[in-house]
Amino acid sequence: MVVAIALLTILLLPLLLSDFRLKLVGRFLSLAILALGIDLIWGYTGLLSLGHGIFFALGGYALAMHLNLQLPDGQIPEFFSLYGVQDLPWFWQPFYSMPFTFVAIWVIPMVTAGLLGYLVFRNRIRGVYFSILTQAMLVVFFNFFNGQQKLINGTNGLKTDTATVMGVLMGSDGAQMALFILTVVILALAYGLCRWLTGGRFGRLLIAIRDDESRTRFLGYNPTSFKTFVFAVSGALAGIAGALYTVQSGIVSPQYMEIAFSIEMVIWVAVGGRGTLIGAIIGALMVNLARSFLSEQFPEVWLFFQGILFLGVVTVLPQGIVGWLRSEAGSQMRSLLGRPQRVSTYSSLETDPEVQYEHENLSH
Amino acid sequence: MSLFASSLFDGISIGAVLLMSALGLSIVFGLMGVINLAHGEMMMLGAYTTYVVQNGAKALGGGLWLNLYIFPALVLAFVVAALVGLFLERNIIRLLYGRPLETLLATWGVSLILRQFVRSVSWGFVAGLVIFAVLFWGGRWVLQRFRPGGLGRMHQGAIALITLLSIGISVTAGYGLTGLGETSFWGKLWFSARNVDVTPPGWLQGGLSLGTVTLPYARLFIISLMVVCLVGIYWFLQRSPWGLRIRAVTQNRQMSACLGIPTDRVDALAFALGSGLAGVAGCAVTLLGSVGPNLGSNYIVDAFMVVVVGGVGQLLGSIVAAMGIGITSYLIGSGTLGFVLSNMGASFLQPVIDILDFFATSSMAKVMIFALIIGFLQIRPAGLFPQQGRSVDV
Amino acid sequence: MSTKILVTENLTVSFGGFKALNQLNFSMDVGELRVIIGPNGAGKTTFLDVITGKVRPTEGQVTFKNHRNLRKLSEYQIAQLGIGRKFQTPRVYPKLTPRENLQLACDRPKAVFPSLFGQSSPASRQTVQGLLDTTGLVAKADLPAQYLSHGEKQWLEIGMLVAQSPDLLLVDEPVAGLTDEETVLTGELLLSLAESHSIIVIEHDMEFVRQIAQTVTVLHQGSVLCEGTMAEVQANPQVIEVYLGSPAESAPSRVQVG
Repeated sequence: MVVAIALLTILLLPLLLSDFRLKLVGRFLSLAILALGIDLIWGYTGLLSLGHGIFFALGGYALAMHLNLQLPDGQIPEFFSLYGVQDLPWFWQPFYSMPFTFVAIWVIPMVTAGLLGYLVFRNRIRGVYFSILTQAMLVVFFNFFNGQQKLINGTNGLKTDTATVMGVLMGSDGAQMALFILTVVILALAYGLCRWLTGGRFGRLLIAIRDDESRTRFLGYNPTSFKTFVFAVSGALAGIAGALYTVQSGIVSPQYMEIAFSIEMVIWVAVGGRGTLIGAIIGALMVNLARSFLSEQFPEVWLFFQGILFLGVVTVLPQGIVGWLRSEAGSQMRSLLGRPQRVSTYSSLETDPEVQYEHENLSH
Repeated sequence: MSLFASSLFDGISIGAVLLMSALGLSIVFGLMGVINLAHGEMMMLGAYTTYVVQNGAKALGGGLWLNLYIFPALVLAFVVAALVGLFLERNIIRLLYGRPLETLLATWGVSLILRQFVRSVSWGFVAGLVIFAVLFWGGRWVLQRFRPGGLGRMHQGAIALITLLSIGISVTAGYGLTGLGETSFWGKLWFSARNVDVTPPGWLQGGLSLGTVTLPYARLFIISLMVVCLVGIYWFLQRSPWGLRIRAVTQNRQMSACLGIPTDRVDALAFALGSGLAGVAGCAVTLLGSVGPNLGSNYIVDAFMVVVVGGVGQLLGSIVAAMGIGITSYLIGSGTLGFVLSNMGASFLQPVIDILDFFATSSMAKVMIFALIIGFLQIRPAGLFPQQGRSVDV
Repeated sequence: MSTKILVTENLTVSFGGFKALNQLNFSMDVGELRVIIGPNGAGKTTFLDVITGKVRPTEGQVTFKNHRNLRKLSEYQIAQLGIGRKFQTPRVYPKLTPRENLQLACDRPKAVFPSLFGQSSPASRQTVQGLLDTTGLVAKADLPAQYLSHGEKQWLEIGMLVAQSPDLLLVDEPVAGLTDEETVLTGELLLSLAESHSIIVIEHDMEFVRQIAQTVTVLHQGSVLCEGTMAEVQANPQVIEVYLGSPAESAPSRVQVG
């Protein structure tokens, strides 16, 4: 099924769309990989990260550094001379190597995410606290990358489309076509990975952690390690997405770590339907298509639209499109079959202060 | 040393702004478990209110008005931000009670809308809004009045229709009016996306000289404003009946509700109060720099960190955290600390000085502060003054 | 010593001056079913909190089997040692089915990578099926647990406790909110479990205590007041005083406890 859709996308879309549009769709597909990562931690594990721009940008920078080093021997990237830097900073050195870069694209974000996650999770910081800490991390990384002209060209970021790899210009149509196909393939693989993670024992446990974390402790599980792991995986997916996005848009810059962009990622998942993998992909594609359409036509409306989207999805459609379709379809089926609607028993328990008390009591 | 003293003073004034905006966040978070991402925009609204009041004072002929406008501006900034906060709480946050993460996202939506609002607001825009409000609420009123609830499923459809129609008509009208052009009455932007400047009243320009140190009056004013706010809040929470209710609901919502405390009104009140404080902070910020749509976002992350470090609903914790973050980030960011240390001439401090120099810009100072905060949380995950024992839970 | 499963020595927990547990000395043998009773605020739940690692004792220590001090371990490590806990209100996972709930408790090892790559073993699936039988949840085994009744949730939670196959079960008010019939069934379930496990039950319902109790411990103000069979405990003048309150002392002691 997944393979079929992927094949269809690869074969059909290039015929249907202009080069410009195809590039756009390619970018959105790489954002869908990112959305999968967000869904994994938010939809399944209940961790709302507002800092995924970090991992996205780290992946992008890793690849961009490699591409910027495709130079004759002895030269260093041009921008360094602007700031009077003579020698390549030490941490650029390993990026000469292509295998290293391909590993770094996902390992660096993964390790960063794992480390930051571990430091936060081990103190049982969660919920809104976790979210605003991730946002603060994002600001920190943004400031760091923005401020370090001498190390990574600061605000201007790194260009990739003028680089030549094995005689092929990255910005050329051929290279972009190859990248499009690569993106589709990786998206399919990422989908498969997430399916595997969320099915089976591990997936059940993620849901258990989402719904009642401290209870899992008394079952003998250590939620800290599970959360750290899944946050790291999510970071790795974001890193891959960032690398693919970077080469398809031709530049990586600290703008990828804007606060707004990282929160927007969450809304893609919310629109599509969190806790459903396909929803994350659909949401990412839909919101971004709407964005490119609206901001082409009426630039100032886009922010209003986005704001309303946030409000609307959260209040009216908390399950997202896919979730709504599933639950609606379910109840439609039941009413067609003449079965009564499901009613949860003992609804008074949900409002029972005792229950609430114990919930709060145990969550500290 | 005088450099150090004046930097310290500047740091305190930054901390004062942080504290004023963090107080509201902290109270609301303690009470409702909600973080308001639009809190920074409340500051922004306060700042723009100040700008409007100042322009009003100019129009009234300057002189005395221009010297005193800051006081009505403070009050109005509080009122405007509090009203917007109240509206927000009543119409959005209330719907999301018990879903803090969704509230976070919804308030971000509000924040985006408010920012774009000040960019594109004009009389035509306002007219569109008014038309929408009249059509939408008027339509619903008519629906309620003449078809009392008997429509069943149709009712939903009717509401949807009204919503769509009012959006359609008001957007068209708004577009039509603003389309008259930048120079027309309807189309002229009130603020536009550019930053605007607020001139402090004459008596706040200049500074107080103490030996070699000059303390700018504007910053002194901000600090005294903070003290007033702090005393006010303390008095309100500890001495007034509504303050008692807020504290009661913070500690045990169900029990308070059982005792007949109107928790929904307590929520609304606290939210409005917190937003109002942010508005006052916004007014204070106009004395330090120019005013733009993104003003709030510069402070908001720091204000969040104050809440995280200070502990939830802890006045003292918030004060210490705000001052700590404000002062440290200013001292490091301005390079003062490194400079002072290197003047002490101790060579063994050289590595420390190098590190401090590396972080000596305001953005890099944030990097260091955050590292310190993460380190701090490893030792005290619940903030500076965690509440102890079962009293937290009961 | 080897026959003792749980021993606490001088266990004290103080919350800002208030001593929830005060020099508590307690021990029980392997295979025992012990019921703990006591008035509100006697420290019953805090006692369980300390054993399971949720609350760190201010003083004293807990010895479980031959692990001398549980103090340094966190909740999940203690759970892995073989102490299972059932909470006052049922805390099952509403979005998972009873089968998945039980499987979650039953699966092991419980580290990240084994749960990623490992499948649930056939043996564990067998156990789960057996537990579904025992708890009478077969018909609803594949329905999300949020649709279970309160009693069914209680039973499912006891099932999860058993699925963990702990050596020591801590059961906090298992019959709160159950009908009389369900209460009797729960008692029988606990008694049959007691044949192969050591169990501590905390309960208010005296009927129920009488049904299951072999040995009863009475807690009062954070210390053990007395210990013995149900008949002995009921005849103890101190216990009567604590529960009914002697006219002279009742007022001050209430204030202190509350």
